[in-house]
Amino acid sequence: MNMDQPLLKATKIDKIFPGVVALDKVDFTLKAGEVHALLGENGAGKSTLIKCLTGAYHRDGGDILLNGETISPRDTLDAQGLGIGTVYQEVNLLGNLTVAENMMIGRQPKKWGMVQTKQMNRQTKEILNQYGLDIDVAQLLSTYSVAIQQIIAIARAVDLSGKVLILDEPTASLDAKEVQMLFGVIRKLKQKNIGIIFISHFLDQVFEISDTITVLRNGRLIESVTTVDISSIDLVTMMLGYELGEETKLKEHDGVERETLVEFCNFGHKQLIEPFYLAIGKGEVVGFAGLLGSGRTETAETLFGVTPHDSGSATFKNENINLSSPRAAIANGFGFCPEDRKTDGIIADLSVRENIILALQAQRGWANPLPKSEQDEICKKYIKALDIRPTDAEKPIRLLSGGNQQKVILARWLATNPEFLILDEPTRGIDVGAHAEIIRLIENLCEDGMSLLVISSELDELVAYSHRIIVVRDHEHIAELVGSEITTNNIVEAIAADLNVDNGQYELKGVIS
Amino acid sequence: MNSLKRYAPQLTTLAIVLLLNYLVFPDFFKIEIANGKLYGTLIDVLNRGAPVALLCVGMTLVIATKGIDLSVGAVMAICGAVAASTVDSGGGVFMALSLALLAGLICGVWNGLLVSVLNIQPIIATLILMVAGRGIAQLITEGAILTFNDEGLIFVGSGSIFSIPMPILIWIAVGIIVTFIVRRTALGMLIESIGINQRASTFSGVNARVLLILVYMVSGLCAALAGTIAAADIRGADANNAGLWLELDAILAVVVGGTSLLGGRFTLIGSLIGAMIIQSINTGILLSGFPPEFNLIIKAAIIVIILVIQSPALQSKYIEYRDRREAEKPPADKENAS
Repeated sequence: MNMDQPLLKATKIDKIFPGVVALDKVDFTLKAGEVHALLGENGAGKSTLIKCLTGAYHRDGGDILLNGETISPRDTLDAQGLGIGTVYQEVNLLGNLTVAENMMIGRQPKKWGMVQTKQMNRQTKEILNQYGLDIDVAQLLSTYSVAIQQIIAIARAVDLSGKVLILDEPTASLDAKEVQMLFGVIRKLKQKNIGIIFISHFLDQVFEISDTITVLRNGRLIESVTTVDISSIDLVTMMLGYELGEETKLKEHDGVERETLVEFCNFGHKQLIEPFYLAIGKGEVVGFAGLLGSGRTETAETLFGVTPHDSGSATFKNENINLSSPRAAIANGFGFCPEDRKTDGIIADLSVRENIILALQAQRGWANPLPKSEQDEICKKYIKALDIRPTDAEKPIRLLSGGNQQKVILARWLATNPEFLILDEPTRGIDVGAHAEIIRLIENLCEDGMSLLVISSELDELVAYSHRIIVVRDHEHIAELVGSEITTNNIVEAIAADLNVDNGQYELKGVIS
Repeated sequence: MNSLKRYAPQLTTLAIVLLLNYLVFPDFFKIEIANGKLYGTLIDVLNRGAPVALLCVGMTLVIATKGIDLSVGAVMAICGAVAASTVDSGGGVFMALSLALLAGLICGVWNGLLVSVLNIQPIIATLILMVAGRGIAQLITEGAILTFNDEGLIFVGSGSIFSIPMPILIWIAVGIIVTFIVRRTALGMLIESIGINQRASTFSGVNARVLLILVYMVSGLCAALAGTIAAADIRGADANNAGLWLELDAILAVVVGGTSLLGGRFTLIGSLIGAMIIQSINTGILLSGFPPEFNLIIKAAIIVIILVIQSPALQSKYIEYRDRREAEKPPADKENAS
């Protein structure tokens, strides 16, 4: 095979969803024996591109060439037959079957219609041996660690497809040692001339394993570069969309001494976020910046008691408080607008009115209902103040647009008169108009003396309203920017600083214990 | 008017079933007073339907939280046995009722703890008591049918006030009280919010754990009342047959009444109408004079028809049909106007 000819070449891929252009003429080229990292923030179009390549979605335009031949996979099974296999973050094998059954499911060796278990086990063992995995294949899959299951899933995908392997966040739930084990497998596959698409949020892993990096943003191809030619700062800049040297706003330290409202000491959770110190003053806006999966949302959820902290303590107005559940947090005057509106925010079938009063009502207890007149008054007030449309409070919230749903959730918290409000990506997925309104609202709330913690991927937004910015990376608070230090530049540099740019080769040797 | 429209499918179904009953049995709507008590087939429907009506009050709340309570039939047997053995060992009717209600409450707390604290799927969690409950009831009755002659307890099953049989009064009162409580307090909304999105509700500070236990407790209490009525009716506690399969009738009544098994929005009034639809079918089959071995088949057939009519697939077809007709209509309207 001609090594110069790309293994997989996608040109001008378009994918349009109602109201959104998910992919806009994206080109993507994968060579044989190459690890190609696909990067981008949430909504950049990574998974849409993958789904178009594997036939899970039907592209609206563009061509896909595999070994120079045009292909058009109808579904993932078809793509598998053509040679494109996918392994997802959540291992989608069957835990209640044996390793061998998982490997051979649907194609078990048979004799007279009976499955030949011995032969199946032997074949599976042979396949897994190529990956340096020597395990009892007659055991149930669920008895092995996620890392081993991941490798089994890879072995199955390669065995079925054999040309292109797509790894969607394979390392998300692995520890450092397991990641190295997985990388060993990936390097072996490289030697076999398999083209690998690697999706990950962990930039150091991307630098370690990949040969080429393609960055997507807002459904567009930003750039494809060879890994050795790019610095981590340039990469973060490409992902977030900010030019270095562009000073968005120079802000003087406002010099106001604020009395501390809440203080978290040595606050953390074993798996989610390293213990940190955080004090927030009255009327202060603290911004949280970091890439997806860095620990921003985890910090918020730990503060709010969604995943109760297992170290440290918190004080509110110098008194110790209990933050073991959202209820406890709310009782202390906390509020939290979660990132995922659909699953964590709205109660889809309830009306706008019921959604607005929910937190206040839950706080009052079921036996102490808000009188209907008061409910209507609250709704009227916030529908007007936040310009929620449509104005009919009796409409189910699911019928509202994303921006209006977000405003309803904000109204839900404002109705409880919180002293400390956490907003996780308050402007994600909403239209430009609502965007500006929510930013204005954040500024107004802070002027009224409310303390806010805002998590956002929109750096210029953060820069605009934050008094202080905490940068989060790898589940750790790594930097704090105050006053004139608050620039998109500094944020990007902090995120990219000290990234482990090490292209050293690791060998898989007897890591299976 | 609006609320009448809301229950239109259920009321229409009930009317059709009643009409069918009238066709096979012309005296169906005849009501007379004898011995200071109302008699008649229609009264019989209301009376016999009491256990299912009571069960479906609790079941509606449980289903609204996305749960299900399979144990209510067995809890009926337990509570009937508790009431019977109380009067047999010399307790009065109030003692018997209190202990039966307490037993139902304990069963409800057990189910609620399994579901809300241990996070066991409701269908499995309540299956445990569904199986074990009859065993517990048998232990209480010591394997026999425990008969009793306590006038007070018998009155609960076959007495009457102002000529209206007690079971009817009880289920209507319970229906009204529970409806009043859930709709006049915030309970109804909070239960619905858990059923629609428990995660988001918890994020908003709704105490899902306590509310889940509460709905199973209500279900247990309703089953206790139903079980006491069933025992008082036959003057004995039958651990093996009291409330047998009634959990399924109750679930059916809730679904026929218009509450989705997926949880969320619920209607107690709809469920009670559903319970009466099911009892009308039962009574109608008996009256029709079909050989009894056909009963279950006929009942199943009628329910299939009701569910097919209410099914989302057919509903969307109907809406499509209506929209198409309306789309064709306007020109005709204009003609009429001109």
